[in-house]
Amino acid sequence: MAESVKVEEVADAMFRIIKEGQGLKKYKATDLQKEMIEKFGADRCNKDLCKKAIRILIESERCVYTYFGGSFIEIPHREAAAND
Amino acid sequence: MSEEVKTPKLDDLEKGPWPSFVSEIKTAAKTNKMAKDLLGQLEQSYEDKIGHWKHGGIVGVLGYGGGVIGRYSDLPDKFPNVSHFHTVRVNQPAGWYYTSDILRKLCDIWERHGSGLTNMHGSTGDMVLLGTTTDQLESTFQELTAIGFDLGGSGSAVRTPSCCCGQSRCEWACYDTMKLTYDITQHYQDELHRPAFPYKWKFKMSGCPNDCVASIARADISIIGTWRDDIQLVQDEVRNYSKAGLDINRDVVNNCPGKCMDWDGNNLAIENEYCVKCMHCINAMPKALSPGKDRGAAILIGSKAPIMQGAQLSSVLIPFVKLDDEESYKDLYEVFDAIIDLWCEEGKSRERIGEFIRRVGLANFVEAIGLEPTPEMVGAPRDNPYIFYQIEK
Repeated sequence: MAESVKVEEVADAMFRIIKEGQGLKKYKATDLQKEMIEKFGADRCNKDLCKKAIRILIESERCVYTYFGGSFIEIPHREAAAND
Repeated sequence: MSEEVKTPKLDDLEKGPWPSFVSEIKTAAKTNKMAKDLLGQLEQSYEDKIGHWKHGGIVGVLGYGGGVIGRYSDLPDKFPNVSHFHTVRVNQPAGWYYTSDILRKLCDIWERHGSGLTNMHGSTGDMVLLGTTTDQLESTFQELTAIGFDLGGSGSAVRTPSCCCGQSRCEWACYDTMKLTYDITQHYQDELHRPAFPYKWKFKMSGCPNDCVASIARADISIIGTWRDDIQLVQDEVRNYSKAGLDINRDVVNNCPGKCMDWDGNNLAIENEYCVKCMHCINAMPKALSPGKDRGAAILIGSKAPIMQGAQLSSVLIPFVKLDDEESYKDLYEVFDAIIDLWCEEGKSRERIGEFIRRVGLANFVEAIGLEPTPEMVGAPRDNPYIFYQIEK
C-alpha cells in the first residue's frame, strides 16, 4: 500500500484546477474527487481524503459552495445577480 | 410605516374562507419595511405577469454549502428594502414540536435580522425564514445555533430529514419515526451541510402506511411503517360500528384493495396474507382494527416531484425491516451508503436516484448495491414487478 498523499496537497491540487477552470467549468465535489483519485492514484487518495481537502478549502475561505442548478465549488467572486 | 402600498391585485388573494399570506404580509408591513417592499414587488409581479426575483447562488454562512437560498430583486431601485431577500432554511425539530418559548425566540431573532416573515413549514419540512440581507446571515446563524437550531439542507445535498409525529401521538406508528429522523440527521450531518451529490436527496419517515408526510411521493428514501403479522381485530367493536350505522360491507369490505375481508353481519374475517397494508379498514374502524404487533418499516426508493423529468412514486427496496434500536439503524446506513456511493459515481448531474434507477434498471441497480432481488421489490402492491426471473435449467 503506497503512502497516502497529504490532505493539504490534495487541497492545493483541487484549488489549482478550480482556479484554472474558473469561468470555463464549474466543479462539483464528485468531479474534484474523481480528478484527485486519477491524479494521485486510488492507492494514495480516496473519497474521505478528498472530503477533508474540500473542507479545508471551504473553511479557509479559499473556495465557496455555489448553487447553479446543482451545487459547485468555486473561488469566491461577485456573482452577476448580486445587488449592491 | 407611513404610506400604505396600494395592492389591488393582491387584495383579491385575501378573499374567500382561507387564511391569506397577503394579509399576513400586510400585517408585517405595518412595522417592517422589507415586508412593505415585498408587497410592492409582489403586486408589480402580478401586474407584469413575471417574477421579479433573481436567484443568488453564492450567499451562505461560513463552512456550509446549504441552508441559505439567495434572492435578489431585479427592481432594486424601486424596492430597495428587498434588494437582498435571502431565505434561510432552519432544521425543524422532528415531528415539528416546539415550545411557545422557543417559537418566541425564533421570531425575535428573525425580527432582528430579517423581514420577520416565516413559512412554517416549507414542503421539505424546514422552518423557512423569508427575507434577509447578506450581511445579516452570519449573525442570524450564530443566534440560531445559540438556541439550539442548525440550518437545513439545500442544493445537491441531503435535505433536512422529516417525519410524522410517530409514536409520540399516534398509536398506529410502527416504529419511532422521530428517533430515526434525529439519528439520520446526525449521521448525515456532513452530507447535509456540504453538498457533494449529483442532486438533492430526501429522507422522509412515516410511522404507518397512511404516510402522513407523503414520503412515497417525494422522498428519495421513504421509510414507511408496516407490520408483518395479522391485523389486530376486536370483533365486539366491529359489531358496535355496525350497530352505530356503519355499512361495513359497503364502506369497508368492498373498498379493500386486497379483497381480503368478509363480513357476515356478525363476524369480520380477514385473510391477512392478502392484506396490502393500505390502512383503509383501520382508518374506517379505528376502535376495532389496528396494525399487527410485529411492527417495523418498509424501505422505498426513488420518488420525486416533476422538476427535471416527470413525477415518480417510490418503489419497494426492502419489504420489511425491524427498527427497534440504533443497531438496526446501522444496517440501514450500510444500504443507504452503498446507494449513495453508486449514485455519486455513476449519476448524472441533476439526476435524482429514482431517475438513475430508471435509467440503469432496477435489476442492475440492486445488483450493484449488493441487495438480493426479491419479488416484493415492486412499484405498487401486486403490480409492476421490475424483476424478471429466469427458470434455472
